[in-house]
Amino acid sequence: MNLTLKIWRQNDAQSQGKIVDYPISGIEGDMSFLEMLDVLNEQLITKGEEPVVFDHDCREGICGACSLQINGQPHGPDRLITVCQLHMRSFKDGDTIFIEPFRAKAFPVIKDLMIDRSAFDRIQQAGGYISVNTSGNTVDANAIPIEKGNADDAFAAATCIGCGACVAACKNASAMLFTSAKVSQFALLPQGQVEATDRVLAMVNQMDEEGFGNCTNTGACEIECPKGISLENIARMNREYLKASLKG
Amino acid sequence: MSILDSKIPEGPLADKWTKHKNTINLVNPANKRNIDIIVVGTGLAGGSAAATLAELGYNVKTFCYQDSPRRAHSIAAQGGINAAKNYQGDGDSVYRLFYDTVKGGDYRSREANVHRLAEVSTNIIDQCVAQGVPFAREYGGLLDNRSFGGVLVSRTFYAKGQTGQQLLLGAYSAMNRQIKRGKIKSHTRHEMLDIVKIDGKARGIIARNLVTGEIERHSAHAVVLASGGYGNLFYLSTYAMGSNVTATWKAHRRGAHFANPCYTQIHPTCIPVSGDHQSKLTLMSESLRNDGRIWVPKRKEDAEAIRAGKLKPTQLAEEERDYYLERRYPAFGNLVPRDVASRAAKERCDAGFGVNKTGEAVYLDFAAAIQRYGEEKAYTSGVDNPTKEEITRLGEDVVEAKYGNLFQMYEKIVDENPYRTPMMIYPAVHYAMGGLWVDYNLQTTIPGCYAAGEANFSDHGANRLGASALMQGLADGYFVLPYTIGDYLAHDIRTGKIPTDTPEFDQAEKEVKDRIEKLMAGSGEHSVDYYHKKLGKIMWNKCGMSRNEKDLKEAIDEIAALREDFWKNVKVPGEANSMNPELEKAGRVADFLELGELFAKDALNRNESCGGHFREESVEQDGEQKGEALRDDKNFKYVAAWEYKGAPKDAQLHKEDLVFENIELKTRSYK
Repeated sequence: MNLTLKIWRQNDAQSQGKIVDYPISGIEGDMSFLEMLDVLNEQLITKGEEPVVFDHDCREGICGACSLQINGQPHGPDRLITVCQLHMRSFKDGDTIFIEPFRAKAFPVIKDLMIDRSAFDRIQQAGGYISVNTSGNTVDANAIPIEKGNADDAFAAATCIGCGACVAACKNASAMLFTSAKVSQFALLPQGQVEATDRVLAMVNQMDEEGFGNCTNTGACEIECPKGISLENIARMNREYLKASLKG
Repeated sequence: MSILDSKIPEGPLADKWTKHKNTINLVNPANKRNIDIIVVGTGLAGGSAAATLAELGYNVKTFCYQDSPRRAHSIAAQGGINAAKNYQGDGDSVYRLFYDTVKGGDYRSREANVHRLAEVSTNIIDQCVAQGVPFAREYGGLLDNRSFGGVLVSRTFYAKGQTGQQLLLGAYSAMNRQIKRGKIKSHTRHEMLDIVKIDGKARGIIARNLVTGEIERHSAHAVVLASGGYGNLFYLSTYAMGSNVTATWKAHRRGAHFANPCYTQIHPTCIPVSGDHQSKLTLMSESLRNDGRIWVPKRKEDAEAIRAGKLKPTQLAEEERDYYLERRYPAFGNLVPRDVASRAAKERCDAGFGVNKTGEAVYLDFAAAIQRYGEEKAYTSGVDNPTKEEITRLGEDVVEAKYGNLFQMYEKIVDENPYRTPMMIYPAVHYAMGGLWVDYNLQTTIPGCYAAGEANFSDHGANRLGASALMQGLADGYFVLPYTIGDYLAHDIRTGKIPTDTPEFDQAEKEVKDRIEKLMAGSGEHSVDYYHKKLGKIMWNKCGMSRNEKDLKEAIDEIAALREDFWKNVKVPGEANSMNPELEKAGRVADFLELGELFAKDALNRNESCGGHFREESVEQDGEQKGEALRDDKNFKYVAAWEYKGAPKDAQLHKEDLVFENIELKTRSYK
């Protein structure tokens, strides 16, 4: 198929970016979206132009590196997958495709389609852990039974891949879904109770400091999340936060 | 040979590790504050090592090429992690895990290392649960286990199909705690480009900041390489796009011996290549072989018609199909080990019976399982005289509950419904058993340079068992290296900070910069990917699932010629002093072009078939095992550790004899 790509090009964080048109032909439906970009880059290199820079690594939907806004949607038109799992058969001959980076103040562009998501790391560093040293002498793993329902919900929250689609989908560029997924994982487990108060306060505080917006419950994050992280996590984090604030 | 002292402690096997821990040197807490450690790679091994070393009080600096430590490729591991907990009461023990691992590795690993691995396996599960890793649980709230290939017990802990992700996020959270404390300084989007030696000891690295292109110097009292495996040498693999050999190869060039490079694992069940544009292959979990039957058409004409799209697999009657694994290995059938299943698929496709348009695929068919489960379900739910459609529907429900996410992933990629038409699969490269040679303390032949996880060669011999990679990465990082490194660092408590303004750092930095300049100066005829794909083709065709002397000799020459062409004609656009992904790729492919040659040389030297390494010259000549792999314990019961001597083909071989005091060497038979 023949396509027209409209791609965001930006030299670095300081420069002004712009949309550049690239016609491309000979694209097959079996190609993944990123393989289509590989073809484009190979052509650009042959022509002596600089290839389009984008983040990607595992190309099987789990590392969370890929982060493209395709025709205005994070990770493109299909549900519950990342860009690297999107295939060209989802498009048709003659289509025009807009490809942009995830947009948020807290995610500055590094180059072209590549963004800086270190704000997410700093939110995790603020409290996204359980303070246990490696010793080999912690209690036996089966010493504390955990209700299956809670364990399964904790797992579901923990499957977040930290891609940032929730932020890109949100009109407020809020990181509530991302932050609440980690808060929820630990809130649902007995191991997480000891530090629960400090954790939620510190993580929410860091989230605000990074410049993410507030949550107005539109739910776009849940729709666009490639891992289907549930809005219930935000509700749970709000409860945890209120509880912690009253305590504190 | 004194250089290959494995430093295995004296005494009975089961006491070695405890005794070793009790007698090695320790560094007191006040002195740890004055000692710096660099950790390259933040996957399971690097992330867990960094966190634990920082907890102990060392100053740790981590480096990863990804934008966050959380994205290391350990995250993609699906199935699970083994541990000898014996929660199922099915007779598992440390000894059984040890025995299964040595046997699975086709008797090419070190007994003492593997026993230690089995010993600490139980601590890993305790540690991860304490960190809040949400493993699968039963209704009673206790941890669930599943069974994995090649063993007789259920010892695999799992978190659905995302065990690697959950374990890595556990290690990442432990790292985050130390980053907040200021004990870990995390350098993301950084790539190590050389190791710096002072007075023969590893004292730092040269790294490139991938965002700014700046070349940086970082010093430390010891350097830990946990940079993963080198399977991307084959271009197409289940590795991440960025996975590379650069860190370990630079260490090799500076004096670290590279062990058993030819031991790579080729996994039998991956989604086949669909065309020349393909950049990466996706694994379909080994567990599918429990219910799927593998076949190709019996007649070549049928295979040709299928390839041409004129015939559908479902149109072939039972007697027109060749269930070749069941035919060749009646005892194990579709559940033969990974290496055997992979070779058998290749044999059929090479003979012209392959099924997708490239001719490189075989069927994995669930029709029989759907039928069987459907009948069972109809019976247990009291459906009398069910119709064929009802049985199929009930059977599909059962299969969906077991493998739903894999079937969905397959359908996304291939655009075919695997409930209605058989899946197509083909083997793909997915793990490296070989790596830097290390002693019992995980130290390479460079003093102060350690290797952990997939980056070292130590525990899996010639073939790795399923769910053992995660175990080894975390064992090395959480429980082995943090102890053993203290023995070395105890001598460094008076050394003080290592300065970076020394001639050694000057020289290393200059060499790194010269090399980048040379990469940028290619005539610009072909892209980096062009060379990487060519290298991958040579590796796959001549050093792949089955190897012979003639092909391996040709591969050595062809890779050397390709390398020469690469350095003359590669095209790297952009600039060196800014973000430049093509330059990053070029540096990695340049190193693969050297490793490939050593790989072929190692495969040529090892004139026996063992584990993932199959030499056509070394097969059973007669009897029941005729045509199967023939191991040669008399001549090859050793670790091949290669010393760098300039051109890879000039590398010098050092042998570490493997001593088996506790396990009797046997032939693996699956007939």
